[in-house]
Amino acid sequence: MAKRRILLCAGSGCVSSGAWKVKEELLRKLDERGLTEKFEVVASGCHGFCEQGPLLIIYPKETLYCRVEPDDVSEIVEEHLIGDRVVERLFYKDPETGERIADHAKINFYAKQERIVLKNCGVIDPESIAEYVDRGGYDGLRKAVSMDRVAVIEAVKQSGLRGRGGAGFPTGLKWDFTYKADSEKKYIVCNADEGDPGAFMDRSVLEGDPHAVLEGMLVAGYAVGADEGYIYVRAEYPLAVKRLRIAIEQAEEQGYLGSDIFDSGFSFHVSVKEGAGAFVCGEETALLASIMGKRGMPSPRPPFPATSGLWGKPTCLNNVETFANVPFILREGWEKYAAIGTEGSKGTKIFALTGKVNNTGLVEVPMGNTIRKVVYEIGGGVKDDREFKAVQIGGPSGGCIPNSLIDTPIDYDSLVEAGAMMGSGGMVVVDDETCMVDLARYFLEFVQSESCGKCPPCRVGTRKMLECLKRICDGEGEADDIDWLINVGESIKSYSLCGLGQTAPNPALTTIRYFRDEYEAHIKDRTCPAGACQALIDYVIVAEKCKGCGLCIKACPVEAISGEKKTVHTIDYDLCIKCGACMEVCKLDAVIRGKPAAQKEEAA
Amino acid sequence: MSESVQTFDGAKLNAILSRFVGKPGALIPILQQTQDEYGYLPREAVRRIARGLRMPEAQVYGVATFYAQFHLKPRGRHIIRVCLGTACHVRGAEMIFSRITSALDLNGGGTTEDLAFTVEKVACLGCCGLAPMMMIDDETYGRLTPKSAMEIVNGYLGETLARAS
Repeated sequence: MAKRRILLCAGSGCVSSGAWKVKEELLRKLDERGLTEKFEVVASGCHGFCEQGPLLIIYPKETLYCRVEPDDVSEIVEEHLIGDRVVERLFYKDPETGERIADHAKINFYAKQERIVLKNCGVIDPESIAEYVDRGGYDGLRKAVSMDRVAVIEAVKQSGLRGRGGAGFPTGLKWDFTYKADSEKKYIVCNADEGDPGAFMDRSVLEGDPHAVLEGMLVAGYAVGADEGYIYVRAEYPLAVKRLRIAIEQAEEQGYLGSDIFDSGFSFHVSVKEGAGAFVCGEETALLASIMGKRGMPSPRPPFPATSGLWGKPTCLNNVETFANVPFILREGWEKYAAIGTEGSKGTKIFALTGKVNNTGLVEVPMGNTIRKVVYEIGGGVKDDREFKAVQIGGPSGGCIPNSLIDTPIDYDSLVEAGAMMGSGGMVVVDDETCMVDLARYFLEFVQSESCGKCPPCRVGTRKMLECLKRICDGEGEADDIDWLINVGESIKSYSLCGLGQTAPNPALTTIRYFRDEYEAHIKDRTCPAGACQALIDYVIVAEKCKGCGLCIKACPVEAISGEKKTVHTIDYDLCIKCGACMEVCKLDAVIRGKPAAQKEEAA
Repeated sequence: MSESVQTFDGAKLNAILSRFVGKPGALIPILQQTQDEYGYLPREAVRRIARGLRMPEAQVYGVATFYAQFHLKPRGRHIIRVCLGTACHVRGAEMIFSRITSALDLNGGGTTEDLAFTVEKVACLGCCGLAPMMMIDDETYGRLTPKSAMEIVNGYLGETLARAS
């Protein structure tokens, strides 16, 4: 008899929430009850619903248990597995209706998605090639090698697939350029240097379905005439590296990788290169320099990698998600793929939905869906019912899209029009407690420290912009700062060498475009409307609410709070370091962030 | 400097270098494995790698300082990496970082004098669903508050104190 399957999400999110401890306990408990012959525990890749992890799915009904702790395991085994009674308290609770839902397919977070690339993620065991093959894996490759190379490239062109790394260059065209380059030796490179803060799509695909990426690379290798491939993975992703290595080994054993694949005469070998921590290496020429063991600095294009890339040879470079789309196009046909999405943007896009939203996690939707649908229907709305202020799309290269544009369709061209860009797919929801000036400062600080320093517009320009934004956040902005930022920002965009500099000013420019009033409040009124900029706020004890319990006095690390028991406490602002410890411990919400005390005194 | 040359154990490095003889693009993996072995990149190791690869020492140094992963100074026994990715940032990661660093007397991060801890910011650890989060060595801790983060750090602190006494 086939074993009943218990699926445990072992993506990085769930592992951080304690998935391995749950697995250990589950195995122990199954053993104790003599059930190891009846059930198998499979650790899958990311199931996407990281907010609710660790996740446990019990087949055949696919009952989903959320936030499972080791202590819950015993009840699940006794009740569900033995007694056949579900454990309702561990079901997902719909934040709107309060209803407990057992079937994960009925939860809005999953029901409203369309999963093509993530089809296998969180469903199969990523360390088993057999499970991938069972679900149609490597059929796309089998089909490709039976076709003419040009026909494969034509299919990818017709599918309308565009690069998922951010810029959206047509994938088929890139393949065509590499195919046409005249050389005996060519390379395929997979860009898995997912460096955007707030993005984890590529990581989840690599961890959850590594063979899909390999298959995409193999098809590309066959099409352009390459026999060697590299996967450049961020060093911060150890689990992805491990699963990729296992996948490569298995594919080699089974003959999907190696010499004379499917007796077609086509040979292909793949190796993994671990990055060493440099955001700029996501840029293709910098990435190639890094593989060759040099400082990861970009170089001017042309020549493009398609004509002169790795060790001077034609190189086709695509992103993880791009490659993971390819098997579907070959297996199901480009017509089916091109039917999904909009005129200019075909297929689906995966987003890492995070920030102040109820359901954080991995979301795959057809191109052309609106931001509203993603945030409200899939994401379950803004956390704590606060006000939706904006969504930051595309990380440090992207921009903020405000509430007024929440019905913008998500496709390459509409996002650019709104001043953002697709980027790799980070989508961070921000509410009225997030300061947009501070957010711009945050991104500039990031790009400034990651600027490789090769070209002055990026190296000097981002530093100057950052200094200006810091000044504004500190309440020392000047009247013409905003125009100055726009001016310098536009120059950096025009004159920088690579994509990092060309997009670095975007977070500042879009926040100025849509939230100019916040900048003005910082500069003219010296206030931070969101109450986030430390220099522009003070922690204030609300006399009406304070019962004088003394908790904040104990919590304060610098002894800035004083007061007798049962009398209202006071903060000495000469000592206060604004760490917020008092606000955190107060059980009566008597400590709030308010206007600086000095200002209030002046006003009085 | 002469002292470190004398105390430098070159056998492990030689083994690493021998694995990469004649392979192109070997410098970064060599540096990675050297750092895994020694905990950081000692000056003498940089010198010997340059000699082994027949390239100027400046070039090795240039690559080692370009990437955030490489360290030229000894590191703490526990590495606390506080994530300051976007999702963590908007959920208050800066407060967590400043709370930990002020408790360990490390303004702005760095390594404690007794080499017990290194505290640093990282851009994104890719667990944004659990923001704000941090990693201590290979353990990940999510959904933090400044208070819960300190409790976790205190756990490690207690362990190092116990070892010292």
